[in-house]
Amino acid sequence: MTSSNAGAVAPDLVVPEELSNNVMITNIAKLLDPAYNWARRNSIWPMVFGLACCAIEMICTASSRYDLARFGMEVFRATPRQSDLMIISGTVTKKMVPTIVRLYNQMPEPRYVLSMGACASGGGPFKEGYNVVDGIDKFLPVDVYVPGCPPTPQALINGLIALQEKIDQQSIATAPWYRKDDPTAGVVPIPVLGPDLVDLRKIDTIKREAAKALAEQEKQEAQERETAVSPEAA
Amino acid sequence: MNEAILEAPGSVPPETAVNPVEQAINALKERFPEAVSDDPRDGYSGLLVAADKLPEVALALRDDLGFDYLSSVTGVDLIEDGKLEAVYHTYSIDQGGGSVVLHVQVDRENPVIPTLVPVWPGADFQEREAWDLYGIHFEGHPDLRRILTWDGFHGHPMRKDWKEPFYEEDTKPFGSRWPAGGVLRAEELNPYGQNVQYPPGWVPTGEEYDVETEMYAITGADLAYSIDASQQMKTDKITVNLGPQHPSTHGVFRMVVQLDGETVVDLKPVMGYLHRNHEKIGERNTFLGNIPYTDRLDYLSPISNNHGYVLAVEKLLGSVVPERAEWIRILTVELTRMANHLWAIGFLLNDLGALQTPMLYFYIERELILDFFETLTGARMMNNYMRFGGVAYDLPDDVRGQPTMSFLDELVNERLPKAIEQGNNLMTFNEIVRARSIGVGRLTRQEAIAYSMAGPMLRASGVNYDVRKAEPYSYYASLDFDIPVYYDGDVYDRYRVRMDELQQSLRILRQVLPYLKETEGSPVIDGKPSYAIRIPQPGEAYGRVENPKGELGFYITAKRRSASPERYHVRAPSFINLTSLGKMCQGHKVADIVVILGSIDIVLGEVDR
Repeated sequence: MTSSNAGAVAPDLVVPEELSNNVMITNIAKLLDPAYNWARRNSIWPMVFGLACCAIEMICTASSRYDLARFGMEVFRATPRQSDLMIISGTVTKKMVPTIVRLYNQMPEPRYVLSMGACASGGGPFKEGYNVVDGIDKFLPVDVYVPGCPPTPQALINGLIALQEKIDQQSIATAPWYRKDDPTAGVVPIPVLGPDLVDLRKIDTIKREAAKALAEQEKQEAQERETAVSPEAA
Repeated sequence: MNEAILEAPGSVPPETAVNPVEQAINALKERFPEAVSDDPRDGYSGLLVAADKLPEVALALRDDLGFDYLSSVTGVDLIEDGKLEAVYHTYSIDQGGGSVVLHVQVDRENPVIPTLVPVWPGADFQEREAWDLYGIHFEGHPDLRRILTWDGFHGHPMRKDWKEPFYEEDTKPFGSRWPAGGVLRAEELNPYGQNVQYPPGWVPTGEEYDVETEMYAITGADLAYSIDASQQMKTDKITVNLGPQHPSTHGVFRMVVQLDGETVVDLKPVMGYLHRNHEKIGERNTFLGNIPYTDRLDYLSPISNNHGYVLAVEKLLGSVVPERAEWIRILTVELTRMANHLWAIGFLLNDLGALQTPMLYFYIERELILDFFETLTGARMMNNYMRFGGVAYDLPDDVRGQPTMSFLDELVNERLPKAIEQGNNLMTFNEIVRARSIGVGRLTRQEAIAYSMAGPMLRASGVNYDVRKAEPYSYYASLDFDIPVYYDGDVYDRYRVRMDELQQSLRILRQVLPYLKETEGSPVIDGKPSYAIRIPQPGEAYGRVENPKGELGFYITAKRRSASPERYHVRAPSFINLTSLGKMCQGHKVADIVVILGSIDIVLGEVDR
């Protein structure tokens, strides 16, 4: 409710006396947005979704000492259909990414993604691994990044407050999930597991690179054949 | 509660003049002169065994020489010799003591080794892992599929010539970053801009990899029907996936369950969803650089993971740990054990359906332990505390405004005993807890040993085996404590073992506190702390500790003067304890699966590494 009254009272506006006791609506978005956002920001339902170490701190945030219920967020839902916040708490691996994206697609809009910890945000200490995705933002739109390895419960709470501030600033008129032309609002294609993780949005790049690699390989083989032939000729 | 702790009959190790390991090695060499020989390499203590004779040697070792417990199986890539090697660590439950290590070397191009699953069923997952990561083919294995990566994955990633997508150099620190200080972003070199790598010439269509068909074939998705004799009703079997995202699986773990009605016919665990390439990264890191990674293995008990790793490297280095450091190590490790068991029991009760309440009570106390860790090490969870030859820092002056020793006194003598007593009163004789857990997920003594179970899983099945007693490390030999053992091998007994272990940890802590007061001010690390550690002698080392979840072992080989391990393997108790999950669940209901899994107390960071 930070900016609900901003600009509501314009000093140069002359209000007739007979109208001074009435409520005047000049801009519907300015009235609706704060009420709508107030309801949403104070009843975020995160999904029960733990990936690794960060999940332990997420559980601690919801339990005895830190008590997430103070923020209206204690209702961790076990199904994506009832959640509007996905906390990516832990290392995202290639084997797990298809599941994560599928779950994200099953969440109703408006939905948010909070990337908790170093691994979820950018691969963290495991970035160099062959099975680790270097950041969930390669696949999903992330709203808030919480740094740390793992972030303490205080840090997660701070991230959630940041998310609330973000929600406060949104407007029904411009929110991406009501805009049919916004590509980020759509369904994210679920990657598939092949010889490595295949991001279906990149199939063109993969084909191009594959053709390039194959041409190089053939060129190399041809060269090898030539060098193999030449000593005989000599 | 203490009177419930029973000593297993005849479990006291006999006083033998001859070292049982030497005896076994000599007996094997005598019996198989053709197939068994000493490992000629410097710093290696095991036996070289010919691949074709391995099952015979293993049988003799198990049945005639008493080395009935297979602890660890792992692959090693000897790329310079053109060979792949499988390493087996076997122990004797009754005699205790060290291990008989078997090395089997085969040609790198055609690596075939007979399986040991018929001898030790506990080899099942470990051989699958060696197949997955190294491509060693274990002939006769009942289910040789990928385990940590997925079906269709390209190559065997732990081989030395398999380069990960962000590959820069073989060892760290990378030249691009140090000492020049420049930063090379390896992902910018990757044409896909991501951490991926495809075989050359591979073109995707998006559908050609129908992964996991084999797994469903094995669980019998052929929908064979059975007839319920009492009702003459024809019932279809169905296959259900629990996980990898499921509130009851303790993380990203999946179980493929074949059901007949509500009854479990068969269950296959599917893991690898948190496979973070710990071992591959560990072989590029410096020795010191691996310590923070061990924290992230079993992230509920990070300091005890540190302990296993530093013990292994200290064997290679020949470090001497100062007295105060040893006491601090025991203090932190036992507190970790308590924090872990508080979590495990809280979660087990959660799995039973007592949603959150027991958890909330136990986590209050766990937070107090974490307060201490936070002040001691700077982090609540990833403590990164131990160093080779000691610990990183001495105890802090105060914890949350209270002098450290008085904080610990209060914690050990008042808070924790009260919390355990409260938990015990609420749960141990609770009718619902007993009804749901007694007789569920039973493992006999023989099965527990055969499946290489470890920790509370083993001790709940009547096996008195604890690394702290069997092969004492640190100062455990001079401490007075008991090993809780129960004999039914069900979920309830595992719960009780953990409850009793909480008491025993308190007992140890009460003995340790006076020593901490006494040694105040003395050094906590051997010599000057150093970043660039080099191994003086080549060789192998296996360091193992009794982690809260069971035996955690680190198998490390290194060359002379090398700054990073040549082979770095983690024997993860959670991973191997899962081997028996299918067996334990058969015949129970779906709701029991959740409880049985909870009683194993897995942490996926350690299962998948």
